[in-house]
Amino acid sequence: MDYQNKIRNFCIIAHIDHGKSTLADRILEQTETVAKRDMEEQLLDNMDIERERGITIKARAVRLKYHADDGGDYIFNLIDTPGHVDFNYEVSRSLVACEGAILIVDASQGIEAQTLANTYLAVENDLEVVPVVNKIDLPSAHPQEVKEEIENVIGIEAMDAPEISAKMGTNIHAVMEEIVHKIPAPKGDFNAPLKALIFDSYYDSYKGVIVYVRVKEGSIKPGDKIRMMASGAEFTTVEVGYMGATELVPCSELKAGEVGYIAASIKSIGDTKVGDTVTSATTPADEPLSGYREVNPMVFSGIYPADGAKYPDLREALDKLQLNDASLSFEPESSVALGFGFRCGFLGLLHMDVVQERIEREYDLDIITTAPSVVYKIELTDGEVKMIDNPFNYPDTTLIKQAYEPMVNAHVYAPSDYVGNIMELCQNRRGVFKDMKYIDQSRVDLHYELPLNEIVYDFFDALKSRTRGYASYDYEMMGFAPSKLVKLDIMLNGEVIDALSFIVHADSAYARARKMAEKLKEHIPRQLFEIPIQACVGGKIIARETIKALRKDVLAKCYGGDITRKKKLLEKQKEGKKRMRRFGTVEVPQEAFMAVLKLDDE
Amino acid sequence: MSNPGLYIHVPFCRKKCPYCDFYSVGYREELAERYADAVIRNLRYYNEDYDTVYFGGGTPSLMARQIPRILDEVHRTASAEVTVECNPLEMDKETLKILRGCGVNRLSVGIQSAVDGELAALGRTHTFEQARQAVLTANKVGFYDISADIMIGTPGQTAETLTRTIGELGNLPLTHISAYMLKIEPNTVFGKKPPALPDEDETAELYLSAVRLLENARFMQYEVSNFARRGMTSRHNLKYWRREEYLGIGAAAHSFYKGKRFAVTRNLREFIASEHQTELVTDENPNGIEEKIMLGLRLAEGIPKELWELVQSGLPLIPKQYYKIENDRLSLTADGFLVSNEIIATLLTYLN
Repeated sequence: MDYQNKIRNFCIIAHIDHGKSTLADRILEQTETVAKRDMEEQLLDNMDIERERGITIKARAVRLKYHADDGGDYIFNLIDTPGHVDFNYEVSRSLVACEGAILIVDASQGIEAQTLANTYLAVENDLEVVPVVNKIDLPSAHPQEVKEEIENVIGIEAMDAPEISAKMGTNIHAVMEEIVHKIPAPKGDFNAPLKALIFDSYYDSYKGVIVYVRVKEGSIKPGDKIRMMASGAEFTTVEVGYMGATELVPCSELKAGEVGYIAASIKSIGDTKVGDTVTSATTPADEPLSGYREVNPMVFSGIYPADGAKYPDLREALDKLQLNDASLSFEPESSVALGFGFRCGFLGLLHMDVVQERIEREYDLDIITTAPSVVYKIELTDGEVKMIDNPFNYPDTTLIKQAYEPMVNAHVYAPSDYVGNIMELCQNRRGVFKDMKYIDQSRVDLHYELPLNEIVYDFFDALKSRTRGYASYDYEMMGFAPSKLVKLDIMLNGEVIDALSFIVHADSAYARARKMAEKLKEHIPRQLFEIPIQACVGGKIIARETIKALRKDVLAKCYGGDITRKKKLLEKQKEGKKRMRRFGTVEVPQEAFMAVLKLDDE
Repeated sequence: MSNPGLYIHVPFCRKKCPYCDFYSVGYREELAERYADAVIRNLRYYNEDYDTVYFGGGTPSLMARQIPRILDEVHRTASAEVTVECNPLEMDKETLKILRGCGVNRLSVGIQSAVDGELAALGRTHTFEQARQAVLTANKVGFYDISADIMIGTPGQTAETLTRTIGELGNLPLTHISAYMLKIEPNTVFGKKPPALPDEDETAELYLSAVRLLENARFMQYEVSNFARRGMTSRHNLKYWRREEYLGIGAAAHSFYKGKRFAVTRNLREFIASEHQTELVTDENPNGIEEKIMLGLRLAEGIPKELWELVQSGLPLIPKQYYKIENDRLSLTADGFLVSNEIIATLLTYLN
């Protein structure tokens, strides 16, 4: 099919900071899709948080026109992929929408864990991987070694890979030509029944859900009746089009091989799940595209408004976030300690961070978040099986026949000097060593099976600090394994603070309890009453600390009648109190919750 | 309504003490003269009658030569309390006579400690013997209402040295003692280079023993940091805590006057140059109830029932040993004074 010969669908794979967004910008400039003056730096990452953290959270796509050296006019569909392990599934769906991938590797740093994981994913999905060596302008660049590394580790031809500097704009033209010549044109019969892969969607308040698709077979026009094959939901297409650099551009039809969007007055993003297949409701395809999977949240945390009166605002914020984030789940929950809030489910830790930050920043809400936990499977003595995602619902020990916890397959990539440190860390986290491979002379790939519970706390931070920032890691879910679990409760002044309850492995309960008590002591300020802190398992106290009563908090002198100064101090003190949670006579600042949440082995 | 008090700030020092963050600059006689002129212009501008006058600093005794002509311009009631803060080193007989002669009837002397090592650690340039002689001289010259400042929680201070200090003061002709806990302020020498100090618990113990020792020496506590012989409380100080009006004149002076709280910039030249001082309003319409609770709880007399009823629901959060209710008045105990910020902040969150 002729029109397909001039289409190139591709994505960019890169580790954080290796220059993905910068290269995307340069490609946009070269294709003159965006006038330079209109260009916001790093157009593709357009959420504040993404830009600050240098990561892409949600996939984005853009259609570009390129006049190639061979005289042909090509259409490039650049599909941006999230760069983080939490969004592994979404990455895989974005990849499936493409025929090729540009692999950017930093000329001074070489291959990193995420790059490798995503590249393997691309290779598995038969994508043509086009390597590019970036940041050759850096004095520490060693492009030749990096190319050898690409060949050795990934096993793709890399000697002719363009050596570029996306930042300086060096050699970008070579990349464009590689896209034209190396990446295959899409295939697919446009007369066949419609099969379009959903790789992203977001909520638009005028058009409803905008669904980003890659049409694999058949075609779609406005007026067509469509069906989402996994959810079964049916809609009438209102508009189709493609993604311009700054706006959506409607067109008459999307055909096999093309990338574009569908608007069909869809109210709920839950009906447009990433990976689902859009087909015709009148002449449906026999079977959906393969690879669709329900994404289940794996990490849970309670989110509460710091000011109880802001509960409705928090609900509204979560509702709005969910419009664009089908992987965010939440349900109301109430805690004796924290009042009314929500139990939220996330794909992983980064996802959790991002959601929390967006609530605080975009909706201007102060929130308190409980320690993250994972979902446990509990087999009861009466044969019933329960999934427990909240320590609050953990059954009484006597009713439990067997507890199971989720496990992950984790790969850590790091210079071989740090192997000892990494192994120690993984062992401390109850990891089971599987194997170790040398990526090259100086770098290794350590493979461990780890309980998810052990990496939801600060695993990455601990890894970074033990490897001076050189390690990267990636993981995938493995399912559940039997485990010895207990519920650890914290009491302040004799009262159980349910927001501080944890489900932990029996072997680490004692150490954890002691550390939590210490951290609380450190972060709860001295108050008018003495505060006993106790940690207990099944009613038995296993750790204890005491916060002594405040002894001195007085302004000695009011300078020459400067009452305003005293009042300001008092105002600050009152403000501070408002930010604390009161349990009986005990006031707990948010930092204390955070500190417990960030417990590490240091 | 009684008359307002008058506070005059004297922003000069011979040497800045390392813990002090009051506004002061190096003393120069010519500058002091021009400063006095500016104070007098302001006195004429406000044209008010006062019943207390307080020269605070800085080191007000450095302006002993200017104080007579300033006081000439101060319209005051016949029984007005007129206080000048003094550095022991400036309390020679001649200076004291000038002050006594122009109507000053109360002195506040910065003695700080009876232990020379502690004085040195505080950067004070006098010895205790010099301070002792100064007080005796003042008494001879005709001052019968003399207050001494001492400090609690200073570098090297122990229960023993504090006992010695208070014992020495008990032998002097003093009517009043202010005992301030040393607080490290950020913009001071101590703030930049903090000395080793007694910790929070030790300082608390020192304070409690000071209260006990002073009361045994018949200096009765009437405010967090103030103690006096019966009938000799400072009327000017009490205005601050009872929320009565006072006018502050001078660079960095603070006022609660005609219902507003305002300050004057910490800028000597600006004060001298302007016809009358610029009032920087810090609180246009202060909340009387909140202020009365906050200020009143610093006093041993405490606050009346109509006030504490408003915050009564917060009382269960205050340990019983920190307050008492007597004759319908709520007041803090000495232990309570020590944590009064926390107590007041807790109670005020229950206001409204």
